[in-house]
Amino acid sequence: MAGLELLSDQGYRVDGRRAGELRKIQARMGVFAQADGSAYIEQGNTKALAVVYGPHEGMGQGWTQGSQLKGARGRHMQDRERKTGGFVLEIRGSRARALPDRALVNCQYSSATFSTGERKRRPHGDRKSCEMGLQLRQTFEAAILTQLHPRSQIDIYVQVLQADGGTYAACVNAATLAVLDAGIPMRDFVCACSAGFVDGTALADLSHVEEAAGGPQLALALLPASGQIALLEMDARLHEDHLERVLEAAAQAARDVHTLLDRVVRQHVREASILLGD
Amino acid sequence: MLKSKTFLKKTRAGGVMKIVREHYLRDDIGCGAPGCAACGGAHEGPALEPQPQDPASSVCPQPHYLLPDTNVLLHQIVSAWRPGTWASVASSLRLPGSLETYVEQEQGENANDRNDRAIRVAAKWYNEHLKKMSADNQLQVIFITNDRRNKEKAIEEGIPAFTCEEYVKSLTANPELIDRLACLSEEGNEIESGKIIFSEHLPLSKLQQGIKSGTYLQGTFRASRENYLEATVWIHGDNEENKEIILQGLKHLNRAVHEDIVAVELLPKSQWVAPSSVVLHDEGQNEEDVEKEEETERMTAVSEKMLKPTGRVVGIIKRNWRPYCGMLSKSDIKESRRHLFTPADKRIPRIRIETRQASTLEGRRIIVAIDGWPRNSRYPNGHFVRNLGDVGEKETETEVLLLEHDVPHQPFSQAVLSFLPKMPWSITEKDMKNREDLRHLCICSVDPPGCTDIDDALHCRELENGNLEVGVHIADVSHFIRPGNALDQESARRGTTVYLCEKRIDMVPELLSSNLCSLKCDVDRLAFSCIWEMNHNAEILKTKFTKSVINSKASLTYAEAQLRIDSANMNDDITTSLRGLNKLAKILKKRRIEKGALTLSSPEVRFHMDSETHDPIDLQTKELRETNSMVEEFMLLANISVAKKIHEEFSEHALLRKHPAPPPSNYEILVKAARSRNLEIKTDTAKSLAESLDQAESPTFPYLNTLLRILATRCMMQAVYFCSGMDNDFHHYGLASPIYTHFTSPIRRYADVIVHRLLAVAIGADCTYPELTDKHKLADICKNLNFRHKMAQYAQRASVAFHTQLFFKSKGIVSEEAYILFVRKNAIVVLIPKYGLEGTVFFEEKDKPNPQLIYDDEIPSLKIEDTVFHVFDKVKVKIMLDSSNLQHQKIRMSLVEPQIPGISIPTDTSNMDLNGPKKKKMKLGK
Repeated sequence: MAGLELLSDQGYRVDGRRAGELRKIQARMGVFAQADGSAYIEQGNTKALAVVYGPHEGMGQGWTQGSQLKGARGRHMQDRERKTGGFVLEIRGSRARALPDRALVNCQYSSATFSTGERKRRPHGDRKSCEMGLQLRQTFEAAILTQLHPRSQIDIYVQVLQADGGTYAACVNAATLAVLDAGIPMRDFVCACSAGFVDGTALADLSHVEEAAGGPQLALALLPASGQIALLEMDARLHEDHLERVLEAAAQAARDVHTLLDRVVRQHVREASILLGD
Repeated sequence: MLKSKTFLKKTRAGGVMKIVREHYLRDDIGCGAPGCAACGGAHEGPALEPQPQDPASSVCPQPHYLLPDTNVLLHQIVSAWRPGTWASVASSLRLPGSLETYVEQEQGENANDRNDRAIRVAAKWYNEHLKKMSADNQLQVIFITNDRRNKEKAIEEGIPAFTCEEYVKSLTANPELIDRLACLSEEGNEIESGKIIFSEHLPLSKLQQGIKSGTYLQGTFRASRENYLEATVWIHGDNEENKEIILQGLKHLNRAVHEDIVAVELLPKSQWVAPSSVVLHDEGQNEEDVEKEEETERMTAVSEKMLKPTGRVVGIIKRNWRPYCGMLSKSDIKESRRHLFTPADKRIPRIRIETRQASTLEGRRIIVAIDGWPRNSRYPNGHFVRNLGDVGEKETETEVLLLEHDVPHQPFSQAVLSFLPKMPWSITEKDMKNREDLRHLCICSVDPPGCTDIDDALHCRELENGNLEVGVHIADVSHFIRPGNALDQESARRGTTVYLCEKRIDMVPELLSSNLCSLKCDVDRLAFSCIWEMNHNAEILKTKFTKSVINSKASLTYAEAQLRIDSANMNDDITTSLRGLNKLAKILKKRRIEKGALTLSSPEVRFHMDSETHDPIDLQTKELRETNSMVEEFMLLANISVAKKIHEEFSEHALLRKHPAPPPSNYEILVKAARSRNLEIKTDTAKSLAESLDQAESPTFPYLNTLLRILATRCMMQAVYFCSGMDNDFHHYGLASPIYTHFTSPIRRYADVIVHRLLAVAIGADCTYPELTDKHKLADICKNLNFRHKMAQYAQRASVAFHTQLFFKSKGIVSEEAYILFVRKNAIVVLIPKYGLEGTVFFEEKDKPNPQLIYDDEIPSLKIEDTVFHVFDKVKVKIMLDSSNLQHQKIRMSLVEPQIPGISIPTDTSNMDLNGPKKKKMKLGK
């Protein structure tokens, strides 16, 4: 941490932003035709892709259904694998049972081997990816109206193409757009943003440099309309006296993200309706 | 606008990593000039002066801002800083982040060139921008650079540009400014004789490599006070015991200056030397005979075991140069502009400076900064910074001693003052949150006369259940000094208030120290209270800490409080309260002494100042009353209670104070001295020491006990602050307390402020901040505080010494009774109780035949001719002021009684030629 000034005397951060400013966000919905819903988002240099399948029939106890599905999709993927040279959104059969009263949300997170400065060995399945998948699942179980689709399953696959801090937030935001694109009913947008705490100031939307400095880091997923928190996670220690300020910074940033995502969705709908010729 | 930066970086493991970083260029950074409509001036407060004062430069007559380039800024800012001269410094640094002035590094352009170009673009932008701002107000930005190519390019692009020297020379109003420029120009050094004296310093990368591999050692360079050709290097790192390496000879010292961090190489064992015991001062005006003077003095035969690891400096890791105080030794050559400067600190080499005002600077104390030390120069080059005033003037000397002890004493900056509460100040609802109202209690303060920064007040009352409630109320400084702001940083830097004889250098601005925080009587003040419930045996039943509001009913002096306690016919609330406190304090003290707390003694004196001239007219040793110890007792109790509390709450990061037990060898001198008087001092524990000191009385020699206590004080270690997570020995030896801290004087000690914050968090009265619970940060604070406290003590002593000199200057030569404190090989150290003055009587002088001296280390005693001196012997000495060396005036003492022919001076003669030729005192074998 020595030598790196995360917040200058004039109040600028390493990359020229002010404390509460987000990085530039660009997003697109419906990037893949084959999936039920998909979206791509860039938050600064963090880039993430989300794909949603479902709601489809839940994978039951027997392997027949699952393997069938797997077989069908497996062929399809082998195809794609050849084309993209190994980069694949692989589907692992979930062993979970379908739930009688609501839909099962299955989330998988992976990050591309080329997403970081040093090439990663294993694109998915490591401890961090598993944890991230669980967090995403928690987040979306809180947001998706799962009781509308009992005994079915919703798959959300997220891949980080380039990581520069705030991967969780980018994944949630991308997945929200993808779920919306799939037309799955949700309570609200889920907007996520990270926040940190440096020199008594709360910083919104941390970049990799700021994350690497090792200060406290908070990830928040918010349902902006109701102000409900879908997920809140914090690394490192922060005194409770400051928590409120950091939380407020993250919430404000999440609300800002909501404004942007809302714009993206409206734009997408407008374009789609023009295509449909209404 | 978004810019992405991609670069390759080599990782520590050796791999190459690609790093992508984005950078946002802003379009909302103002130019800083007030009244600029285009920028709105909205984002920052105006950084530039509205109307630059006219420095009357002949090259640029109209008003202008200056834009120095980074090198000029770096090297000249200290030297040339004068209000109004460099107006625009702050804003220029910010510009490169702005959208209009962003400059992309071009192919084949190195980083320095890019920076230069960026500054040029900024200057250009500024000029155009200011032109737009107002047509009639012809403000200009002038670019100052010392780089020839940069300047040419700037002029090509239509930016008015000058070198620093050109510009400063053109300032018609301040001709003396030119002296202050750091001389970095290459021409300055070329005149020197081409002979290269020193070997080259290795580059940092090589040094780091060497240190890693163990070929070089890193350490702090400490020049010797006595011998300018000798220095020691304290090797960093604690793997071995603090290793010390000796360096001898100019070449091996290789241009290192005291306090620098250097890399040294060990010499082969065959070249190891022993520390020389000779006093050598650099007197030579001549620069050529470097070699000769070196080899002559040294190389006396030394025994094998005296040899110490010897090395030579191969490179400098970090310079720790600061501006030095001293005097000019005017060059013998008339009209010469180059002169040598002799620093007051003997560990600093003489510095060559260039000035045209040598004649006016002669006999003055001046400040000089070092600019560099070329390989072919015997002395470092420097430049004149400031004239402090005439030698011997009180203000000048005070300034010198403050500077030399690194006591920050500048007036508080505007930024610091901006965090003070606005006057008129009153207690608001918000302040009352988490605070108890104790205004109804009968609280009073007891302090020395004339005290304006009252940080403690007391009360004592009987409770309904028959127990006593005792409260110590400490000024709530941490309420005003919020963590992290400029006021906090400045107080943390100062660390302590420094009390000199006639002056006080505050740690916090006066508004706080003497008004808002000072617990004056009959006003509402915020306090941090520590309240105990005690029974009549002074046993604590309950302890409570709370922030409070108090209203002191009386500010008493120690004498007044004593009078109240003693006079039988006073029975008001305050007096009963005081009596209660006094009674408890006596019990507490007794108990503390039973536990083995030491009562030590040091001769403390106070000067009576002439109210008009502030000259000392008389000395007085400090008196101690019962009430002194009463207040002290409760302060100790409060400190101990608080220490327990914060350590309980923050076991890892409580700021505590410890006093290590001295190693037994420290006591040797005390034990021997006592034995010579047939007394026994036990030193195995603090308690036995205290007891044996109490018993050491001699009916014929009442002062002996005090003398022994003074000696015992000298054996002690320094008490230090530390962070509880970094140490596991908390014991306070002197107070015989297992844990201790400082809580009771937050107005004058920063440690107390931190302790207040910790305690406030512990009781939930205030919120915390990250640094407070970071033990490494806390350890850094402790380090600074320990340093500042030590320096403050030295400064205080130096101030007393200076005033003693002034006193004896006016008093002339006097003879006084004295006691011998120490016996040395060639001198005795005596203490004059009347003045609390300590001095050395030398028996060897350069131009006199040496008397026959026999020194016995065991007793210890010194036999001169036929007279034997023991420790504690009573002698009579003559005191006079030796001003033969203007820079280092000192008190000199010579023996009067007992009479030794040829040594002692007869009582009646007083016409000694004191200001005669310089007599150098040789202090051998220490």
